[in-house]
Amino acid sequence: MALLQISEPGESPAPHQRRVAIGIDLGTTNSLVAVVRNGSAEVLRDEAGRTLLPSVVRYEENGRVTAGAEAQRHLARDPRNTIASVKRFMGRGVADVPNIENAPYDFVDAPGMLRLRTVAGPKSPVEVSAEILKALRARAEARVLEGTSAELAGAVVTVPAYFDDAQRQATKDAAKLAGLNVLRLLNEPTAAAVAYGLDNAAEGIYAIYDLGGGTFDISILRLTRGVFEVLSTGGDSALGGDDFDHRLYCWVLDEARLTQLPPEDTRLLLIKCREAKEALTLHGVARINAELSDGRKVNLTPSQAKFFELTQHLVQKTIGPVKRALRDAGLAPADVQGVVMVGGATRMPHVQRAVAEAFGKPPLNNLDPDQVVALGAAMQADQLAGNRAGNGDWLLLDVIPLSLGLETMGGLVEKIIPRNSTIPIARGQEFTTFKDGQTAMAIHVLQGERERVSDCRSLARFELRGIPAMVAGAARIMVTFQVDADGLLSVTAREQSTGIESAIVVKPSYGLSDAEIARMLQESFQHADDDMEARALAEIRVEGEQLLAATGAALAQDADLLDESERAAIDAAAAALAALLSQGDRRQIKRAFDALGAATGGFAARRMDRGVQSALTGHHISELA
Amino acid sequence: MMGVTLTESAARHVASFITKRGKGVGLRLGVRTTGCSGLAYKLEFADAVNPEDHVFESHSVKVLIDPKSLPYLDGTELDFAREGLNEGFKFNNPNVKDACGCGESFNV
Repeated sequence: MALLQISEPGESPAPHQRRVAIGIDLGTTNSLVAVVRNGSAEVLRDEAGRTLLPSVVRYEENGRVTAGAEAQRHLARDPRNTIASVKRFMGRGVADVPNIENAPYDFVDAPGMLRLRTVAGPKSPVEVSAEILKALRARAEARVLEGTSAELAGAVVTVPAYFDDAQRQATKDAAKLAGLNVLRLLNEPTAAAVAYGLDNAAEGIYAIYDLGGGTFDISILRLTRGVFEVLSTGGDSALGGDDFDHRLYCWVLDEARLTQLPPEDTRLLLIKCREAKEALTLHGVARINAELSDGRKVNLTPSQAKFFELTQHLVQKTIGPVKRALRDAGLAPADVQGVVMVGGATRMPHVQRAVAEAFGKPPLNNLDPDQVVALGAAMQADQLAGNRAGNGDWLLLDVIPLSLGLETMGGLVEKIIPRNSTIPIARGQEFTTFKDGQTAMAIHVLQGERERVSDCRSLARFELRGIPAMVAGAARIMVTFQVDADGLLSVTAREQSTGIESAIVVKPSYGLSDAEIARMLQESFQHADDDMEARALAEIRVEGEQLLAATGAALAQDADLLDESERAAIDAAAAALAALLSQGDRRQIKRAFDALGAATGGFAARRMDRGVQSALTGHHISELA
Repeated sequence: MMGVTLTESAARHVASFITKRGKGVGLRLGVRTTGCSGLAYKLEFADAVNPEDHVFESHSVKVLIDPKSLPYLDGTELDFAREGLNEGFKFNNPNVKDACGCGESFNV
């Protein structure tokens, strides 16, 4: 006998057609899976009743792979083969990961993405993440599908708002490897806002304060007509709950006069410190008891006041990015309608206090901060699986974090899709050739807010070949940028008259760090004036080159129309412009440009007359009517 | 007519789901002609009572049934059950003669 769930009015599924979709929060420290049942989202527990699956995977020599709490138990004893916090390595090379030397793993730098050497062979972060996702999938199948004929339609997996293409693609690949159909990737802050029902709430500005195990993220979102727009993001990729454990750990070393501990003891004490932090948060008291590998015993009782004192500077470190994110968005704390707390570390009373102070209002914290992202993802998954939510159509869109564009003459970036455009999106723009007879065009795809190519990030290059030879400016090349619902970009260039086409899917081999994205955004604000000046200079240079080329071509053809002094004046003006192009400032070039224009004015008029005459020669007047 | 009842456990769960959902006057049961064995259950939240509905109350939860469905459901007890790790509602319907393997559709 099947077990049935209550549906929304009029939406009872047909038998054997119930589609279950799950929401997954694939976290740095812990991961969760949630599903919508009986009209509300709930996080699924494992056999032992636990909601959090530690994001830890262990590889054994015999090929056995375990994920979650069982793997975590081996962190202290088998640190090399027990991989934690693998999310930091998704879509990254060794050089991209900050503080990688502190990680206890044996890294292999491979093109595109690093590998971790284990007893079971080198593993990519995608494979490791897939093991976590497999465990979550098995949990969902046991808890939701067992005893029913329903099928798993797919999953919504959340990613940080700052994740770039490579990191998103790696996350998608991991889900595929785990046998999950990815309905879409969703930004974590957006998922948290959805869980609080903010998408149905008043339009306005919301801040998502996410202090996880290893990372801190602040996102300022604006909700307008069901669309979340990321106004600004900020954070610290090397600050999280683990740092609070670490401060306590350092205190333990000091108090117990310990030095040079083997890795097992370090792990053991760190776990004890984490437990103490949790106890201090929940009960206000804690005790740290441990026996080290050499038989020494540690027995300490840190007070809550001591813990606050040790970690207050970490809390303060989150407030700087909060203020910056608000400034980037051009907002004051009072403009923020609600602050959503995400991440287990936000339970700490001094964090709650600091956030309330920074925004001048108490944060929203009535949902479990460990669960909000997964709950929001489940609500979105339910929607996408075709099980409509109760409140009519609920179209949830995300936006791209940085503008996408391509390189044009003069080393400038032409933005095709501006940042904060809602995705999926497709935008096209027509370009033309720069030189006569040009048969190929290089397309250089860039990401960033700055005006010059050198200040933006290069995503891909490709060429459109086989353009028919035409005079400069006659070819019509439509370049289309398309970003799918997961934030992945494809670019197509098409010559309109012949239909020849060239395309590329952008999968950059290396990712941008969140700090880099934040830096790129901030630079674009700081350098707005410089950038405008640089753009104007590059433009006048391109125009100058075009004018020189046109003047040269005209002289080659019709020099006989000029007398000696006229010719000398044009030559002098052209030489002056040519000399200034590479080194002059914008105003000087502009003056020389105008001077050459003036010097060639009469020449141009005479050439026009000759052109008209030659065009008319041999034609009867009636043919021209 | 015997009507339709909820077990205490089913009633408790329905009440808590309605509270979580934030609105709803009760639970609507029904049957539809569909599925591999002819009929399938409808189990939905109800936001309003229709004039033609039969209304039963069981452990303080209102159960609404449209007149065409009632003959198929009369005497049914709705239970909340756990099978393995999964939980959900179960129809104990004396009218059912045979059901398909999974029990999602049935015949009377």
